[in-house]
Amino acid sequence: MSNLDLEIVVDDPTAPEVDSPAITSTGSVEIFISLLLLALAVTLGYDNWRTGIAWDSTGPQAGYFPFYLSVILGGASFYGLAITFLTRREASETFVTRAQLRRVMQVFIPTLLFCLATQFLGLYVASFFLIAAFMRMVGKIALWKSLLTAFLFTAIMFVTFDIAFDVIMPKGPLEAALGR
Amino acid sequence: MEALGLLLHGFAVLLTWKTIALMMVGLVLGIFVGVLPGLGGPNGVAILLPLTFTMDPTSAIVMLSCIYWGALFGGAITSILFNIPGEAWSVATTFDGYPMAQQGRAAEALTAAFTSSFIGSLVAVLLITFLAPMISSFALKFGPPEFFAVYLLTFCSFVGLGREAKHKTIISMSLGLLLAGVGMDTVSGQLRMTFGSSELLRGINFLVAVIGLFGISEILLTMEERLALRGHAAKISLRVVLNVWKDLPKYWVTLVRSSFIGCWLGITPGGAIAASFMGYNLAKRFSKDPESFGKGRIEGVFAPETAAHASGTSALLPMLALGIPGSGTAAILLGGLMVWGLNPGPLLFVEHKDFVWGLIASMYLGNVVGLVLVLTTVPVFASILRVPFAAVAPMIVVSCAIGAYAIQNAMFDIWLMLGFGVVGYVFKKIGIPLAPFTLALVLGNRAEDAFRLSMIGSGGDMKVFWSNGLVGFITTLAIALLFWPILDRAFNQVGKLWRPVRA
Repeated sequence: MSNLDLEIVVDDPTAPEVDSPAITSTGSVEIFISLLLLALAVTLGYDNWRTGIAWDSTGPQAGYFPFYLSVILGGASFYGLAITFLTRREASETFVTRAQLRRVMQVFIPTLLFCLATQFLGLYVASFFLIAAFMRMVGKIALWKSLLTAFLFTAIMFVTFDIAFDVIMPKGPLEAALGR
Repeated sequence: MEALGLLLHGFAVLLTWKTIALMMVGLVLGIFVGVLPGLGGPNGVAILLPLTFTMDPTSAIVMLSCIYWGALFGGAITSILFNIPGEAWSVATTFDGYPMAQQGRAAEALTAAFTSSFIGSLVAVLLITFLAPMISSFALKFGPPEFFAVYLLTFCSFVGLGREAKHKTIISMSLGLLLAGVGMDTVSGQLRMTFGSSELLRGINFLVAVIGLFGISEILLTMEERLALRGHAAKISLRVVLNVWKDLPKYWVTLVRSSFIGCWLGITPGGAIAASFMGYNLAKRFSKDPESFGKGRIEGVFAPETAAHASGTSALLPMLALGIPGSGTAAILLGGLMVWGLNPGPLLFVEHKDFVWGLIASMYLGNVVGLVLVLTTVPVFASILRVPFAAVAPMIVVSCAIGAYAIQNAMFDIWLMLGFGVVGYVFKKIGIPLAPFTLALVLGNRAEDAFRLSMIGSGGDMKVFWSNGLVGFITTLAIALLFWPILDRAFNQVGKLWRPVRA
């Protein structure tokens, strides 16, 4: 076969270091999540109890089904909590390392800002900024490439959804100025 | 055969230029989604669903199911060439597929993978063609208690047979069922769990949750990894394809065995992942030369791929016949049905013949077209991986946001999607499975309605779930499956007690 010479190589210059220190262990996160779920179960259970969990002339009241589900959720979370506490010594697995968290935040924070921007600038403008900034700052890709890709992608999305398929997205001042 | 006539009618519905074009678009998008890291079958279908909102249901389902086939095909490309399984069910394909690529037999491995995918799907589609109408006509006699029993069976089998920790499956499922209940209660019109928020009045949309859980969280998870990769590029020539096909009859036992495993695990909610591993392991165990597995044996590619695709396809059987999805992707397609205004369930076969048979016919056509398409375009798709993830990630985020917003035109849904993204990320990291959550969220309301209708019918007597042989059998089976691990252990204990006596 002569196709071995064709190789594809992609590098990842900003990859997280392997020896980065752990921020928290899986066990701690599990305890935290179990407590959160337990609190949720109690809140939802209380709300449904207020709605009514008894039977009336037409059968079970609206809160009946979800109330017992909250009980099940609460029970399972409590069980999870107990199990994690009992086996905590052995289970000190890393949940996330510092380097990994930094990378995750590199996506999460721009995404958060993107959602905020969508609310005020409209989706298309926000997505242009998100793609351009992300490629430039996280991917270290040349500025003109980033801007061009962002513009092309946003334009294709606009044509596909807004013009061809009539799916209307949130819009901001720019679209208003252009009269769409 | 009535089914055959209806199937031919389905082909007639499909054979228009518009549908064929949509099919091609769907397949290309699907392969794209399957090849890209951080995206997969369920994500792709969920993100691209909004494209179909303004189409008629038949075109929409044809395009969506083709995205699904495309994603199934695409997963094999990265596993073989780069040793990166694009999907969890392609993990087993890397065992022998990547060594083959290293030995310079990439084209052979790819041909084997695509061909066996095709065979697996074909067997499952044949099963659907003949079994689904029978099951659905049987299910037409079902009343609310029977339906509730079937829902219960689905939920219980997830808990009892799943490999994850039981309490985590239960957490995931009860959370999904609870969130499905948020908003206006359909029976009494009362508001539930809205806490005075007008945004929660609409309820939590299933597709918004899915886009967040699978799309956004997958991006977060992917970023944690080192994204460098190194792999082989391959070109498939007609000669290689014909050579592999010529040897195909030699492996018929493996192919039949894997198809059977796949169909079985696809219908029961076991999933394609389990099927691919089981297919691989059984092929290895029954082989005369098990040592050669893992070193680049073509059978090691045939076995898992056939099983994964048979399972992925047959997961659509319970969705079509009963309105109960057998996999995450099937659940999303089910969500799509509701958006297009169709009511999933056995009545689908009676009320929307065009739609159902159009879908089944598209499974045949989509697989044939898909096979030709992947065989000819592999080099193009393999080079997609050259595109840096820093460019792909924000585009996926934007597509997710568009998808989430388009469903109900609500900004709140974009925030909800982001929230579910974080939930999905944390849940995946601590091992809470997402599939039961998805299933519970999409079935929640209907399960509750079925339960309440049966309770109203029986005047609140639980005995209605054992009122006749059929419903009693399903309910008992459900409860047995729920406690399966305990029963299994008990049987073993009893067996141990008896053996010495006999001896």
